[in-house]
Amino acid sequence: MILGSRKVWLYWAAGMAWFYLLLWPLMGIGADGTVTFADSLTVWGYVAAISAVLLALRQQHARGSFTAVTTPLARALGGAKAGMDRVPPVVWWSLALCIAAALPFGTSRYVQDVAINVLIYICLGLGLNVVIGLCGLLDLGYIAFYGVGAYTYALLSIHYALPFWLALPVAAALAALAGCIIGYPTLRMRGDYLAIVTLGFGEIVRLILNNWMALTNGPNGILGIQPPTIWWPNFEGTFGFELLQLKKLTAMYFIILGLTIVTIVAVHRLNFSRIGRAWEAIREDETAAELMGVNTFRLKLLAYAMGAVFGGLAGAFFAARMRFVSPESFSFIESAMVLAMVVLGGMGSIPGVMLGALALVALPEVFRQFELYRMLAFGGAMTVMMLFRPKGLWPAKRFGARSEEMD
Amino acid sequence: MEFFIQQVINGLTLGGLYALIALGYTMVYGIIQLINFAHGEFFAAGGYMGVILLTFLAAHGYMETHPWFCLFGALLLTMGYCAMLAMAVEKVAYKPLRYASRLSVLLSALGMSIFLQNGLMLTQGVYDKAYPTDFTSGGLDFGLITFSYMQILIVAVTIILLVGLNALVFRTRIGTAMRATAQDKVMSSLVGINSNRIIATTFAIGAALAAAAGIMIGLYYGSVRYDMGFVPGIKAFAAAVLGGIGNITGAMIGGLIIGMVEIFAAGYLSSEYKDVWAFIILIAVLYFRPTGIMGENVNDTRV
Repeated sequence: MILGSRKVWLYWAAGMAWFYLLLWPLMGIGADGTVTFADSLTVWGYVAAISAVLLALRQQHARGSFTAVTTPLARALGGAKAGMDRVPPVVWWSLALCIAAALPFGTSRYVQDVAINVLIYICLGLGLNVVIGLCGLLDLGYIAFYGVGAYTYALLSIHYALPFWLALPVAAALAALAGCIIGYPTLRMRGDYLAIVTLGFGEIVRLILNNWMALTNGPNGILGIQPPTIWWPNFEGTFGFELLQLKKLTAMYFIILGLTIVTIVAVHRLNFSRIGRAWEAIREDETAAELMGVNTFRLKLLAYAMGAVFGGLAGAFFAARMRFVSPESFSFIESAMVLAMVVLGGMGSIPGVMLGALALVALPEVFRQFELYRMLAFGGAMTVMMLFRPKGLWPAKRFGARSEEMD
Repeated sequence: MEFFIQQVINGLTLGGLYALIALGYTMVYGIIQLINFAHGEFFAAGGYMGVILLTFLAAHGYMETHPWFCLFGALLLTMGYCAMLAMAVEKVAYKPLRYASRLSVLLSALGMSIFLQNGLMLTQGVYDKAYPTDFTSGGLDFGLITFSYMQILIVAVTIILLVGLNALVFRTRIGTAMRATAQDKVMSSLVGINSNRIIATTFAIGAALAAAAGIMIGLYYGSVRYDMGFVPGIKAFAAAVLGGIGNITGAMIGGLIIGMVEIFAAGYLSSEYKDVWAFIILIAVLYFRPTGIMGENVNDTRV
């Protein structure tokens, strides 16, 4: 779009005037009835300056002022990409694994903490990716399965002292069951309706966790969850095995790293199996898939259950790591976070989702001093992403547009 | 028995407010098939504009000299503000995506919702903001039951707005254009309707109604909070679906039903789970009768 330069700036000015009209009442009128302009003008000034610079750059770009720089850069990047494509993916994956395995050595607790968070969110994102990226079902209540997994381990641990490793499959099974319960009545719906109903289910789960005092201790949460244990060989004195509680952050890091690897491998294998192809067929065109003999209902239910399993595993780990769960951790905004990771990274693409999780967990840590503006930037980024790069940072290779959306 | 009648009155008040919010959802969905996630934030912004304007007026003493003038002035200004906000959001976040996939628009709306909610939090603070209390006291006492003045005001304003909206949609040229655009965007633009302008108008009207609901809920409960848009937004959406999404009369009926059910569930069953009922109704309606009470037969792709 190359409009006449003056017209674009006219639009910009009109937009900025509109923005100031919207901004001023919120910042300019004090509780005691005083009227100020300074605060709102400062914020407005920043926004206006940044948008003016971006617009000017865009204008110059459209006019072709940067071709001297961008053309060689694009060629170099293309060459580098071709070179990287020639290296088999297994090399890249092993490199990533080596870095991940070496990370806890020589780094601070803070870094390990952030890394654990990133890995939890990678698990969640990959689980949601099965539902939304592979099968095309928009699920806005995904965090409910995370909550089911977390509370399953929490309750089993404090009431029956069940070890973490035994609780893990139980949590996964219960989450899958929850996925089926939620999936069964909702899967006849499509698109937007499914989104809003799953959102409703997510809220119901949170409200139940919040209000069922006898079971979940309500908003106070559950304390005193046991950390994972492991039989460790004891070489001092008589040889034997002793039960070791894994309280150290490094140990927790390796547990979640293991879970993440399991999740990645499982999702990858699912993606390139018959089931994965059927899911993709459902995503692209449900009616056509059904006509080709795909049992859409059963496969959609399976997608829900599989997605829930990974959410449940991550939830059980979350309970074991925090050793405290409360309904606050499972609110709608968490669902939106996980969804944003999947969308930001690229739906249906495993490296994309990992990149998305890394970006959304690690970047806010870098900009720690702007903590307050984190969610603001997050919401804005979600919209901007949809406007400029709807397929994500690292789009999946096989992805089409749903035929029902073409008309 | 008194308790029952009192609950009916409370239910009508709350239901009317849900109906006002639901109208915005249903009109926008009817015209561009989008669940406008940011709609709840227009409602919250309305509540905040109300508290800002009324405290300003109260601080300068106008509330004592011209109370009704202040109240209706604040209501109109708030509605105008939210209409402007909605038009800006539509222009920035939805209009460029008019021909993109449905998922993209939905996520863009979700992003806008989070953005606006946090914008409110950053400019107005995380704590509850209290409304001036000049209006909330007093009421008509009929012995067994009482109407508070607030409830009378809410019901009256709601009825006026609903009647006005009906007149706008079914009696004016712009309403005809809106209905034509909702039925077929291409055909209506062929007969000379500027569909982009009509869509922006629809957003503005819906947001103005939500803003009116926001200011009245603020007056009713006495305070507003930056995240107050989320739960009423979902309930209003449930109301819109219950009535048959895209159907204006249906949204009004659906809002009243959801309000009644919530009040009765809180009064007779348990108040902890009162928020659950709207979701359960929503799921049940979508499962058994996806077109809602008043909805016409929509084809497979819509549901």
